[in-house]
Amino acid sequence: MAASAKHITNWHVTSRVVAAAIPAFILANTASVLLALLLPGAKIGSVATAILLSFGLWTAIIMWVFTVKRLRTVWVGLISSIIVTAGAAALLLWLETNA
Amino acid sequence: MIGSFRQSMTWLHTWAGLVVCWILYFMFVTGTVGYFYTEIDRWMQPDRPVAMDASFSEAVAVGRAHLEREGAGADRWFINPPRGREIPHLRTFWQKPAAEDGGDIQRGNDELDMRTGETVPESVRETGGGQTLYRMHYILHYLNRDIAYRLVGILTLIMFIGMVTGIVVHKKIFKDFFTFRFAKGQRSWLDMHNLFSVTSLPFQLMITYSGLIFMVTTWMPLVAIGSYNFDTEKAAEVISEATGEVSIEAAGVPAELVAFEPVIARAEQAWGDDSLMRMEVRHPGDANARIIVYRKENASRVPARMVFDGVSGEVLDGRTDYVSTPIVVAATFLGLHEGLFAGPVLRWLYFLSGLLGTAMIATGAIYWTAKRRNKNPDEPEGRGFRFVECLNIGTVVGLPIGIAAYFLANRLLPLGMENRAEWEVHVMFIVWGLTLLYPVLRSRVEAWREQAWLAAAAFAAIPVVNVLTTDNAHLLVTLPAGDWVLAGFDLTAIAAAVLFVVAALLIGRYRPRSHQSVEAAAERGDATAQSSAVA
Repeated sequence: MAASAKHITNWHVTSRVVAAAIPAFILANTASVLLALLLPGAKIGSVATAILLSFGLWTAIIMWVFTVKRLRTVWVGLISSIIVTAGAAALLLWLETNA
Repeated sequence: MIGSFRQSMTWLHTWAGLVVCWILYFMFVTGTVGYFYTEIDRWMQPDRPVAMDASFSEAVAVGRAHLEREGAGADRWFINPPRGREIPHLRTFWQKPAAEDGGDIQRGNDELDMRTGETVPESVRETGGGQTLYRMHYILHYLNRDIAYRLVGILTLIMFIGMVTGIVVHKKIFKDFFTFRFAKGQRSWLDMHNLFSVTSLPFQLMITYSGLIFMVTTWMPLVAIGSYNFDTEKAAEVISEATGEVSIEAAGVPAELVAFEPVIARAEQAWGDDSLMRMEVRHPGDANARIIVYRKENASRVPARMVFDGVSGEVLDGRTDYVSTPIVVAATFLGLHEGLFAGPVLRWLYFLSGLLGTAMIATGAIYWTAKRRNKNPDEPEGRGFRFVECLNIGTVVGLPIGIAAYFLANRLLPLGMENRAEWEVHVMFIVWGLTLLYPVLRSRVEAWREQAWLAAAAFAAIPVVNVLTTDNAHLLVTLPAGDWVLAGFDLTAIAAAVLFVVAALLIGRYRPRSHQSVEAAAERGDATAQSSAVA
């Protein structure tokens, strides 16, 4: 599915725009929450740092979405990253409340 | 996506930029002008009394007397003493809770004359002022505020993506800084785009990322909520505590509010003379009353504060620092974005940096058309191409014409007109709309040139109309009197007119290159023409 400069199909563009808008946004959120839980120090500081970085994270993910050659890599990459970050964050939250 | 990393990023830079460039241009123009919103406010209501200075304790005494009359039974008072350009008059605000049997929350917002304690009379010119123009850069206009915030957040994110990809794409950032090829068509537009972007890069990065931070509560609330295990109340509580919010319920037992003098003396003892910014009272007249005194800050948008018991006058919370450094970082970013702390020189620098950002967007948009025209000089222009071109002409020159019309409307609309303030804005958007349509009827070069002349005429008309419609707010009076706020506005309008005259003359000298001339140049071995012809 690698696209050359000559034929970037509409499908390629649309699919990536959707990926940048929805799963990339979700990943920016799950990854930021994970970051907030992992950063050392007072929790409010970690949360504020993660919030400050969240838009930067979203930007980086969007740039990645438009760099990768294969559409499949984009979607598989985003969805698996969401599962991993959300799972790790859920585990940390569970440990926080039940430990 | 296409070819190498840099090629993909070039693609993203080009198309992300193109899709939003006109509305980003609108945000940059209105935001840049907004750095002078209080000066514009004054020009648009020249008959209102000018700023009055007063000491903090005098001002809060006048404010308290007013609030005891008007704001009895309120659960919140704010007293904002006059403070230079930003707060020209003493401001008071009160808010009464909704009655238990229904009804709305009541609020009162007043500006007071320090000499009389009475409210400052409204101008005969009902106007939106500079504030309305300034607010357009983040709430646009004619849109529901929630929708506008969401939209502006996404636009700002795309702006940020445009900047980061622009930096990535730009190989020779330092070398190109010293490169400028004048009057070489496509290449010159790219050089200008680079020049404007690179010279103002730190400002553009700061203004865009801090713009995103303003959108955090709209777009990223889940980061905080998720981090507190989806306990929304807990998250809100922790954050408001960290930003210094004071939460206290009324006791329901009446008690007299303590005198302000000792409270002020105690705060000045901690922070120094002339260090206080504003004052807030919670539940005045209740046993649980609180007085909160805020300190003047430099850049930070969240000021340090001291909390006093409103009955005994004791210090309850004298903490002057914040719980967390990242929150100070965020507050400083927001403060830098607004630039309220800036003196005259820095304020003009903010303005110029904003203009550079505006020029960066405009040249980028024009480069898109120049590049495509060069690529296929003989092909008839497609509909999409024409659409971009008309939007470019109608926005880059048309929006400034609309803004000039906004100022002219302030002077020319009938004084007693109903909804006059709204009509000023309607005039602005109607004129901008017309300048968007006009290029459709004319050829490209004609439209650019004629609209540039129109912009020049519109800005030149401002000081003239001002002489004809005001008694003492025009240059013949303000220049001799040395009133630099009012005179500065008219002089800036003249400078804008001169700028557009120069632009119109430059466009007048422009001759579009035909395909033959490109070929001829290529035969002569003109490397630039050759490379741009094949690009």
